[in-house]
Amino acid sequence: MTMARDTTLRKPAAKKGGAPTEGQKEGRAAAVGLEDVAVRFRTKKRDVTALHEVSLDVAMGEFVAIVGPSGCGKSTLLKLVAGLLKASSGAVRLQGERVEGPRHDIGYVFQRAALLEWRTARRNILLQAEMRRMPAEPARRRVDELIEMTGLGGFEDAYPHELSGGMQQRVALCRALLHEPPVLLMDEPFGALDALTREQMNMELNRIWRETGTTVLLVTHSISEAVYLADRVVVMSPRPGTITEIIDVGLEAERDYTETLGRPEFQQATGHIRGLLGAASAQD
Amino acid sequence: MSQSVAPASAPPPEPAPAPARDREVSGVAERNGPGAGERLARAVEAGWRPVALLAGCFAVWWIIAAAELVEPYLVPSPGATLDVLTGKADYLWQHTWVTTYETLLGFVIAVVVGVLAAVVMVYSSTVEKTLYPILLFAQVVPKIAIAPLFVVWLGFGITPKILIAVLIAFFPVVISMVTGLKAVDPEMLQLSATMGAKPWQTFAKIRFPASLPHLFSGLKVAVTLAVTGAVVGEFVGANEGLGYVILQANGNLDTPMLFAGLLVMSLIGVVLFVLVEIAEKLLLPWHASRRDTNVTTSY
Repeated sequence: MTMARDTTLRKPAAKKGGAPTEGQKEGRAAAVGLEDVAVRFRTKKRDVTALHEVSLDVAMGEFVAIVGPSGCGKSTLLKLVAGLLKASSGAVRLQGERVEGPRHDIGYVFQRAALLEWRTARRNILLQAEMRRMPAEPARRRVDELIEMTGLGGFEDAYPHELSGGMQQRVALCRALLHEPPVLLMDEPFGALDALTREQMNMELNRIWRETGTTVLLVTHSISEAVYLADRVVVMSPRPGTITEIIDVGLEAERDYTETLGRPEFQQATGHIRGLLGAASAQD
Repeated sequence: MSQSVAPASAPPPEPAPAPARDREVSGVAERNGPGAGERLARAVEAGWRPVALLAGCFAVWWIIAAAELVEPYLVPSPGATLDVLTGKADYLWQHTWVTTYETLLGFVIAVVVGVLAAVVMVYSSTVEKTLYPILLFAQVVPKIAIAPLFVVWLGFGITPKILIAVLIAFFPVVISMVTGLKAVDPEMLQLSATMGAKPWQTFAKIRFPASLPHLFSGLKVAVTLAVTGAVVGEFVGANEGLGYVILQANGNLDTPMLFAGLLVMSLIGVVLFVLVEIAEKLLLPWHASRRDTNVTTSY
């Protein structure tokens, strides 16, 4: 009976138009809601404010990228949404519920693939199913689908150390998508990859996002990656991390890579964000 | 019904993501390893140096004995030692078995208790703070100095020998296991939390397997120390075991027997060490293969 649930989670790719407008956002329930959130860490010497007055709503099925200089609390923001970290003040909501403790209705991808060395690619993906005690047969079928979708075919039985960085990150992505999470959190997932592999992964992520219809929150250092992938780009400033501006990219969901990079909307958005980040920090 | 789950058939990604490696060649096939001939060649390549060194030592020993550079009753010839090894094989075998038995039992108890202690210490900082000073104290007290006390308390049987073997082998097991359990990738634990894993699931599927490479390096130290522990116990008071054999031979100035005892004793340590290494290779093929590739990259 998981089938019925699955279909409701998956938004038909065809219905996905351009960037969601204000009207669309109000129409749908917010997948993620941050309301005047602050995070303060107390160290022995001083108090550090990692996030300050952060408010953000992410609609169901929306792709939001977060860019900002190092140490602006981008990763902290994802951990808040996942419930791995507690906000000092303000409210964090996931699918309308307040986040209190680790949430299971998300998928998480880190910069390092964080794979188990002693498991093959397939069994690394299946870890998600084992921990959740999902029925074995549907889980296995779902792994096959994901392996197909992410181009891992032929590498199912390879161990992590036999895989390239890009392949390892594909395995991590499959693991994060196995349970069809309504929200996917990605913390610089392609930061450790070479430029070419990164472009390839960007193209694939765009396709996978359209196919699965999940909400994605992506933290990245790359402005072009953010603009190419996202409906909206959140620009943050460092110490204390706050949202400087939220930019509507205004491109349709399906994006050809070279074509998109040449578009005036793309140029304008990247230029604008670069200006904002340049103003926020002298050099980054 | 099941079709509805499948995603709309994916358009093939524009840049072929998978390198043109066919299924047979990828990963698994490579791990099947080289043929028997090549494996033998590799073993010879890896093994001839230590064998040559050992042969050299025997040669020096033989020359010293043959030329009578030292009085024969101080250093017996290899021949005389070999005569004892073959001629008194039954006697030696009987005592070797006793020492091996004590060593193995001590080692196994040290591993079980050590691993359990490490797990409890890693999961409870209160227990760690309570146990750690005691552990350290037990480690710094010279075991040879406590051995007589154990004999007084527990008699001349094998129990005090096993206890000393446990005591001496325990520390490296605990330390390596604690290190291993703490070395787990914190992101892996966070990931586990988002998967809704129960603590025991995280332990069984992530933390414990991740700690095994560390544990095994501790086990290799522990197993050789366990031999020492058993022999120390036998020195202090015993009527069987290789420690007893050596003490008897010493009293009779029977150096060939003394040398034979020493050889067998070292052999026990070497064999047990190799057995632990084999167990490591069998249980952690992923770790061993990774280490091998690291070695081959250095030149």
